[in-house]
Amino acid sequence: MLSKRLIVCLDVRNGRLTKGVKFTGNEDIGDPVESARLYYRHGVDEVVFYDITASAEGRGIFLDVVERVASEIFIPFSVGGGIASVADMRRVLNAGAEKISVNSAAVANPALISEGAEAFGSQAIVVGMDVLAVPPTPDIPSGYEIVVHGGRKRTGLDAIAWAKRCEELGAGELCVNSIDADGTRNGYELKLTRTIADAVGIPVIASGGAGHPGHLCDVLTTGHASAALVASIVHYGQYSIRQCKEQMEAAGIKTRMSW
Amino acid sequence: MIAIVEYGAGNQTSVMRALNHLGIPCIVTADPGVMDQCAGIIFPGVGAAAQAMANLAANGVDAALRRAAARGQPILGICLGCQILLERSEEGPVETLGILPGICRKFPDDLRDEAGDVARIPHMGWNGLNIKKSDPLLAGLPQNAEFYFVHGFYVETKPEMVLATSGHGMEFCAVYGRGNIRATQFHPEKSGRAGLTLLENFNRMCIDQCCQKD
Repeated sequence: MLSKRLIVCLDVRNGRLTKGVKFTGNEDIGDPVESARLYYRHGVDEVVFYDITASAEGRGIFLDVVERVASEIFIPFSVGGGIASVADMRRVLNAGAEKISVNSAAVANPALISEGAEAFGSQAIVVGMDVLAVPPTPDIPSGYEIVVHGGRKRTGLDAIAWAKRCEELGAGELCVNSIDADGTRNGYELKLTRTIADAVGIPVIASGGAGHPGHLCDVLTTGHASAALVASIVHYGQYSIRQCKEQMEAAGIKTRMSW
Repeated sequence: MIAIVEYGAGNQTSVMRALNHLGIPCIVTADPGVMDQCAGIIFPGVGAAAQAMANLAANGVDAALRRAAARGQPILGICLGCQILLERSEEGPVETLGILPGICRKFPDDLRDEAGDVARIPHMGWNGLNIKKSDPLLAGLPQNAEFYFVHGFYVETKPEMVLATSGHGMEFCAVYGRGNIRATQFHPEKSGRAGLTLLENFNRMCIDQCCQKD
């Protein structure tokens, strides 16, 4: 049986982490390659890098980071941020990433998903979705709306309908981020995650809201997610990857325990 | 030196990076002459079987693989490589290399895992091995060692060739081998330390084979 995955997310700007990562007993580490290597050695199942660089120069630096990461860690990793064309996808995949993640660009141009899936296979295409809870309307019957540009712009798209559309277009995975839960540390949005996971046949990664390892257990069981994305609960040395996984295992969740 | 076959099917550079990390000399190549001279061949791949077969035929790599198999050169197929070393794939459908007996089938749609949850296809993520036979390729790996899989099709081959299985709503072959040929449905180059151990084991098999010849 597949293990549930624990995925760590690292935000990169101009080749450096936007916030330092604090491993137990260590100083803050701002180097994304070194952080990825330590998380790899600590048993994380997958890594996601988000490039929030705006400049072309920064993008070049980021591709170099991707190549160095690919030479240091031997688990899957994906890259998101600023990917708006098949050519962008190819550059990142050639640099050594397994998967690319598209979000706003896919909303603006859904064909990007099918073109990417055709060129590189569905397994390489993750669609990130930022979702806001809204009062249900005829256009948004689920009460969950897709928002873009970091949650600032509403799209009028129903999240469930969009999730199904992404699957039809060839997405291999969905990363569902709740704008409402993100940053609260009160737990993932379980109903949203479960509703989307039940509506599609592809794996769903839950994102946004983890405050302690028990929240991971909740979203991987009640929330029907295949994987849970974490950032701050591990970045600031509050919990280790092993602590998270031990709690998952204690909750009866199958997870990779030796690395 | 290990040849990593390049045929427009994806993950050769990932395999190369893993071997570089291990200090194992390797070359990414589509040149049958180079493949002929290497101690062993890694035949990786992601993507669709029919396109891969067309690419292999276009540059004579299919013939080089058959020669290597006949000559006793060690070959390690990975993922798509594992699938198309066999005779036929339902993905197409297409006749594949036929170096070993077996076919590649699509996972059924209605699978459920042991917990009763839908077994989502493609089978993507970390899964454990049920090792059926001891083999030099699997030396040092514990029962249930986990590897990273990404596939929507699985291989079906002769029971005596199955070295390890895994489960995703059904038991399927995860590693097979006969003679000089081994193949893994999972990606050892993306499977952390367990995967690196397996690649080192393959390198040792290549070295042992060379020494025997000398």
